[in-house]
Parts: sequence; structure tokens; C-alpha cells
Amino acid sequence: MTSSITETLTFECETGNYHTFCPISCVSWLYQQIEDSFFLVIGTKTCGYFLQNAMGVMIFAEPRYAMAELEEGDIAAQLNDFKELKRLCLEIKVNRNPSVIVWIGTCTTEIIKMDLENLAVLIESEIKVPIVVARANGLDYAFTQGEDTVLAALVNRCPSEELTPAVHQEVDKTNQSDQSTIDDSLSSQKTQHPPLVLFGSVPNIIQKQLITELKQQGITVSGWLPSRYSELPVLNSSVYVCGINPFLSRTATSLMRRRKCHLISAPFPIGPDGTSSWIAKICEVFGVVPESLKEREEKSWSYLKDYLELVKGKSVFFMGDNLLEISLARFFIRCGMIVYEIGIPYMDRRFQAAELELLEKTCQAMNVPFPRIVEKPDNFNQIQRIQSLQPDIVITGLAHSNPLEARGITTKWSTEFTFAQIHGFTNSRDILELITRPIRRNTNLNTLGFTTVVK
Amino acid sequence: MKLAYWMYAGPAHIGTLRVASSFKNVHAIMHAPLGDDYFNVMRTMLQRERDFTPVTASIVDRHVLARGSQEKVIENITRKDTEERPDLIVLTPTCTSSILQEDLQNFVNQASLNSKSDVLLADVNHYRVNELQAADRTLEQIVRHTISKAKKQNTLDLTKTLKPTANILGIFTLGFHNQHDCRELKRLLNDLGIEVNLVIPEGGSISELKMLPQAWFNIVPYREVGLMTAEYLKSNFDMPYISTTPMGIIDTAKWIRQIEKVLQQNNFKPKFNIEEYIDNQTRFVSQVAWFSRSIDCQNLTGKKTIVFGDATHAACMTKILTRELGLRVICAGTYCKHDADWFREQVQGFCDNVLITDDHTEISNVIEKSEPDCIFGTQMERHVGKRLEIPCGVISAPIHIQNFSLGYDPFLGYEGLNQIADLVYNSFSLGMEEHLLEIFGGHDTKAIVTNDIPELSNFAWTPDAVIELNKVPGFVRKKVKRNVETYAEQQKITEITAEIMYAAKEAVG
Repeated sequence: MTSSITETLTFECETGNYHTFCPISCVSWLYQQIEDSFFLVIGTKTCGYFLQNAMGVMIFAEPRYAMAELEEGDIAAQLNDFKELKRLCLEIKVNRNPSVIVWIGTCTTEIIKMDLENLAVLIESEIKVPIVVARANGLDYAFTQGEDTVLAALVNRCPSEELTPAVHQEVDKTNQSDQSTIDDSLSSQKTQHPPLVLFGSVPNIIQKQLITELKQQGITVSGWLPSRYSELPVLNSSVYVCGINPFLSRTATSLMRRRKCHLISAPFPIGPDGTSSWIAKICEVFGVVPESLKEREEKSWSYLKDYLELVKGKSVFFMGDNLLEISLARFFIRCGMIVYEIGIPYMDRRFQAAELELLEKTCQAMNVPFPRIVEKPDNFNQIQRIQSLQPDIVITGLAHSNPLEARGITTKWSTEFTFAQIHGFTNSRDILELITRPIRRNTNLNTLGFTTVVK
Repeated sequence: MKLAYWMYAGPAHIGTLRVASSFKNVHAIMHAPLGDDYFNVMRTMLQRERDFTPVTASIVDRHVLARGSQEKVIENITRKDTEERPDLIVLTPTCTSSILQEDLQNFVNQASLNSKSDVLLADVNHYRVNELQAADRTLEQIVRHTISKAKKQNTLDLTKTLKPTANILGIFTLGFHNQHDCRELKRLLNDLGIEVNLVIPEGGSISELKMLPQAWFNIVPYREVGLMTAEYLKSNFDMPYISTTPMGIIDTAKWIRQIEKVLQQNNFKPKFNIEEYIDNQTRFVSQVAWFSRSIDCQNLTGKKTIVFGDATHAACMTKILTRELGLRVICAGTYCKHDADWFREQVQGFCDNVLITDDHTEISNVIEKSEPDCIFGTQMERHVGKRLEIPCGVISAPIHIQNFSLGYDPFLGYEGLNQIADLVYNSFSLGMEEHLLEIFGGHDTKAIVTNDIPELSNFAWTPDAVIELNKVPGFVRKKVKRNVETYAEQQKITEITAEIMYAAKEAVG
């Protein structure tokens, strides 16, 4: 690697021969987040086998999702799609009584051109359960983009106005000293701003933490996409929206184009730097001067000291599979790491504009070269590059982890970042806990003297 | 269309990939959309493979739908050919690609013009066969292809080996205890003075395959994979094969006697008396003949069990439990619907009922209704057992990572029987233990694992903080509470809110 610092970020595109999860995997976290839903994946044995294996023990917990497994008769159009889907959806209605059934279209339904959108309208009116269609297939999307397709479909189901006349909610604003934030009743000032809806699926506890952070700046969150189907947020031209995950570009587009919402383009609240910039940007849009935000961020960094010592100067290589890569790389660089390559399945430069800008600024501030951003990477080529660069840690999927470890290269399983709690100030420790775990483990084991275990 | 939550056997391409990636220096290229290469994850994780799985995908995306994938597939084949110089490239269709109805055979023909590797199109129908049937077919296809090629090139040497030798067919990646079984089979054959000619597909190489006919006979340890290859070798080279699974005392002895017969037909006389060998192994090497007579084992008499799994393991297990350990199998079942007749015939007289199904709810209902003392099944039945508090021993795929044991744990041969006896006995004694604990009032440590929040505390917890605390999993709740209170004490706070909890998490983790 050269140490010269280039002027701007560069983007490359490879062959797209890379390993990632199929986007239908999003059902595994979305069915938990949308508590009154049922997800029906319309596909083949291949889809079912993937879900069954990728979900691990979750599959035994009677999840609220199932496969509508297509058989030869369905493919050859000997069976009637309408009758078949209606039969299955009625069965689901009787057994599970969900508020909404989400159909996940797959590669097969795309290729045989099953008209899911129209079928959904017909069946919805007959069985009286809302049916939302999301085409989360491997022909078009990678892994976390599955969530994007589902949320984009849900956008159309959000109410456009409150049942009661819409009033901008008045918000309690607490004094900003850290002690007094504890007590909501200590409100002394009032702030008004248009309604703010956040989008991106995270566990309730993270939602609550981010809402609390904003509340401390006097900003109220009036809704969250997704939520229970019966509690979907109101969306109209007075609503401001802000994403919390980097892979939600279609959802953002739908919010802007179909519901005329105002998109706040901000870096994503991952890491203290990301969280702080995210809050600052929202404040800026609402004309609020953030109070003690820098102090808040500094304090958050101070809690990370022990981890920062471990990661400082270490080099990272992202093979790319879940679209969180830019935000994580930006955070790691701010932590003092050196990022060689950011592989990423798909790069929406408009939706991630603020995040990319922060990445640039961070590189400059930390005086490190810009990482190379590789869209649609080629895993074979990447492994050649990894072998010549010998990074301290490779963030990659399970298909490559063990073989790389056997060759003495430390890895972190990328999917864990998707399932772990990584948003907000509070969870920055968890990200570093994840990334340092293999470093700590291998530091222990390296004294044994056998780092490579292949012939 | 059918509503499905769980499947016992995977889709066809998984079978093809398992066979292809078991060979040395064979590369499989899947014609598949992004994300369908999940097989690689299973292989590196479940089997803890050290090497990169020799499977790549030629991605089917929107462009392919518009233009066809001809160039892309050919390019991917020739690229792999130059990158890794495999002996054979197997183009593997998936369910998605088979609907596209592209002429993949034509791509293969074109690609093989320019590549040094052999190129083969896996011939499996995704909507008619499952993982196991596809694996069986692919193994036969690769063997047939290689041997026909050798025949054409006049490099096929049909001379039998001087000493008696056997091929072992059907040991492959992600197979249930296959590696251990293979070692045990080799040990048994070695005892009998028989050398192993080839083991395929696991660790076999394509260039060796033409030596298959030089062995005296073939051994097919599992019903599911290898029979087609054995049949092919029998009809083309008149090679006898033994398809008995040497699992359990009786079937292992039967297997050895069948080998003896093959040797006799070749006018080969073993240096020792086979019957004496069997007797010695049965009574003294294997512990099970003695174990099942020991006093302890009386308690197992007539215990009700249910057996479910692939055809091989479920049938053998049923026979072992009934004939050799004296239990009662109230229901024996398999998900190998394509092999139902064989299964029925095998377990006839050894169980009260036979169940042929690939619907996990059916077997789960039978378990629930008949309340067996123990289950022997797959990971699915293990979870049913957990739910119903019935012990379960895992005897068949589908399996999790814990079933790929590091230690030596065969199911076949005399050592295999020891392992099976341990499995059966441990399942039961644990079941009994639970039962006795219940009768005598349970573990005296029960109070410690309670999920309640301890009452004594100097801090006032606001209702929202209590809600947050209750979201923390029970087993760490106490620790979290302690951490939060320590933090609060340091900060001189007496009332704990949800915000304080978050702050504490950030500060102390």
C-alpha cells in the first residue's frame, strides 16, 4: 500500500462473484420486529433450505414465517397461483391470525413472472387480511437489502394523516446537564419541529436509546418504520424522515417520491462519531442548536479507551456482504485503524452521501490514506489481495472465515454486525467488543506457535 | 404449493455439490442467483473445513435474464480452469436456473473446447429428486464419465489387484459421522486382510477413478449414496458389491460373512477363521454383547422408543434397539420416501408401526401422542424432545455442528456399536435422572436460577427501568442489575431510570 493520500474517494466495480446471504434472510429479524406479522416466502426448496440453515435454532421456535414451496405443477402453471396462494393464506389466517401477511417474492417468482402484486390485491379483498408484497430476491439484491424491499413496500401502507387533526407535537426539552436528563419532569423549555419518523429495523431497546438521545436535544420521534403493522407511522408531506441503516435507499426513495416526505441525509448512528453527526444533522435541519453533544461524544469515546488501545494501528479488510461496510470502516478509522479495502455489494452514493463525506473527513483527520471502495467484489481476487496485504483482520462471511483463519489470517464474521446491537453511543462498545474478540483470542493462542494449520 | 417450515433432505444441487467438493481438485460452478452459495457456509462451518470450498457461483442476475447466461457461464468455466487447474469442473444447475431452460449442455461443450479440465453438467432434476438422490446420481455420473473416457483413451486397466482389495463408495462431505465410519471400515477390512483400493468421493481424485475396476469388490455402507455407482460397476465390470450396512452386532457379522463369500468366489482363502474373528470381536472387542447382558441394562428392557431418520440409520437403529438391546420400538420412520419399500422390509417385525413422511409435524404428532421414553432421530426430533421433555439421541442427518465431533465417534463396525450403546444408555440415564429429580423435589440449587429481581436494594427503580431490566435475559439479569447499581453509586444517583441503565451500559458494558 502506498502512503500517499489521494484527493477523493475512488470507487471500483468487480465481477460480482461474491458470497453473501440471500435477501430473504430479512424475514428472520423483521418477523420479530413487526410483532403482528406473518412472512410467507414464495419460493423453492433452495430458499427453504437456506432459511432453515441460516436461521439455526430460530427455526425450532415456531417462527411466524413459512415457505410457500413451489412444486413442479406451480412452475409449469398446471396449478392456479391464485387458488394456491389463497389456500395457504387462509390457513395462515386461521392458525396464526396475523394483522398482515408479507409475501416475499423470490428468484423463482420473478422468473416465472408470477404477478404477486395483483394476486395480493385480489386475495387481500377475499380473506380480509392485508397482504404486502416485497420482492427480496437474489437476482436483484444482497442480504440486508431484503429489509429495504420490505420497508419500501410498507411505506405504501402507512396512514397519511392522523385520525385527530395533525398537530406538531410539543416536546419536553430537558436541561442538558447529564444528571438532569434522568428526570423527564424537569422540563423547562419547549421546542416545536415538524414530525420526525425514523426508518430501519432495530430491536426495541435500540429504538428507545436513540429516541432518548434525540429527546435530550428536544427532538421528538413521532414514529418508526417498521413497527407493529397496526401502529405504522403517519407519512405525508410535512413529515421529515431519517434512516438509521445504510442499506435503506429504496425505502428512502419511496418515502420521498410516494409520500413526499423530507429526507434528512445524515451519516448513520454507528459509533460515537456517527451517532453524534447523525444527531447534529437532525438538529441542524430542525434549526436546533445541539447542546453538549460534543461532550456527549467525548464521554462516549472515553468509555472505549481499553478497546481503542487494542485496535490502534491495526489494518482491516472488508470483503463486503451486508452494506454496513462504509459506516463501520469510518468508525474503525476514527478508532485509529487502517482500512485497506471496503468491499460492498451495492453503493448508493446519494443515500450514503453524508456517510461518504464523513468517511473522507475522518481519513483526513486521522491522516490515513483513503480506503479502496470495491462494489460488487470478486471474492477470488479479494483473497489474492488479502494474501499479499496480510491485514490484521478480515471482516468476511462464514464461507471464508475458517479457511482464512487456517492460513493465519484473523477474521471477524461479518453477519454478526447485522445481528448485534451496534447503533447509538450506548452500543459502540459492542462493535469494538466484536472486532477485538478475534484479536484478543488470537493474542492468547499465538503464543502456542502454530498460526497456520494448512499444508 | 405447500406450506413448509422444515425439510429433512435439501434441494438437489446440495447433493451434487457435496459429491463434487468431496473429490480432490474438482470444482463445482453453480448456475445460481446471488446468495445460493450457502453450501460453502455449511461446509466451512459444520465441517470446520480449513480449505476454501471449491464451489463458485456463476451469478444469474437481471442481465442474465435479459441476455442469457451463455458468455458468463463459459467465461466462469474457463476462468476457473486457468485459476485453479482442476481435473474436473461440474456445472451445477439450481432450481432457479433450471426454470430458465437454457441449454447448459451446450455451454459445457463449448467451454470444454478451451479448457484443460474436463467439464461435466450435473444431470439432476430439481423438482423430482432431493439432495440424497442427486448425490447418488452425481457420483455415478462422475465415475461413468471418467471410466468411459479412460476406455476411449485405452488407459483402462482391468487387471485385478494381486491381494484382495475393496472400494468404499459413498463417504462424503457433510455426511453423518462419515469420516469416523470410514476409518472404522478400513480397520475392519485391514483385520480381514483386505486392502482398500479407493474411497470415493471423499478425498478421491479423478485420475484414480479408472482404477476402480481393479478392486475385487465394492462396499456401499449407506443406502442413500453409492448404490447407483455400485450398480454401474457391477453391470459393466461384473464387480460384486456389498450393500449391507455394518451397523450393530448382527449386521456387522453379516457384512463380514458376505465379504468372506466374495473372497471364496475369487478362490481366496483368508489366513484365519472368519467365524472365530466375528466371535472374538463380538464378545470381547465390542463391549455391547456384554453390556446388554449386564444388570444395569435390565432397566432398559421394553422401554418405548421412536426412531426416525434417513433410511440407513433409522433401519439399523431400529434393529439394534430391538434385537440387540431389548428395547421396544413403537414407531420406526424415515423421510427417504423414495426408498420406502426397502425401509418397510428392513424394519418389519422390529417395530409396532412404520411411518414414511417428510413432514416434521407428522412425526412430532406421533411422538406427542405415544409419549416414548426416548427418541432416536435428527436434530428436529431432538428439539421436539426438548419441547416435550423426552430425551433424544441424534442418529441421522439433518444435523448441527455438535454432530461433527472432533473425537473418534463411528456408527459402523464394532467400535461404532460401542458408541451407539453409549448414546442409547446416556439418553436414558439422563432421562431417568430428570425423572428422579422431579420425584425427589428437584435440584436444591433451583432458587439460584430464579428470574426474579432480588428485593433488597438501596436504589429506587422507576417503572420504565424495571421494564428495561426485565427485557434482559434472566440468566444475566442479576449481573446487569448489579452493574447498573454500582454505576449509580459511583455517580451518586439513587433513582434508577432507563436512561441511567443505558448510561451504565455505555460506561461499563
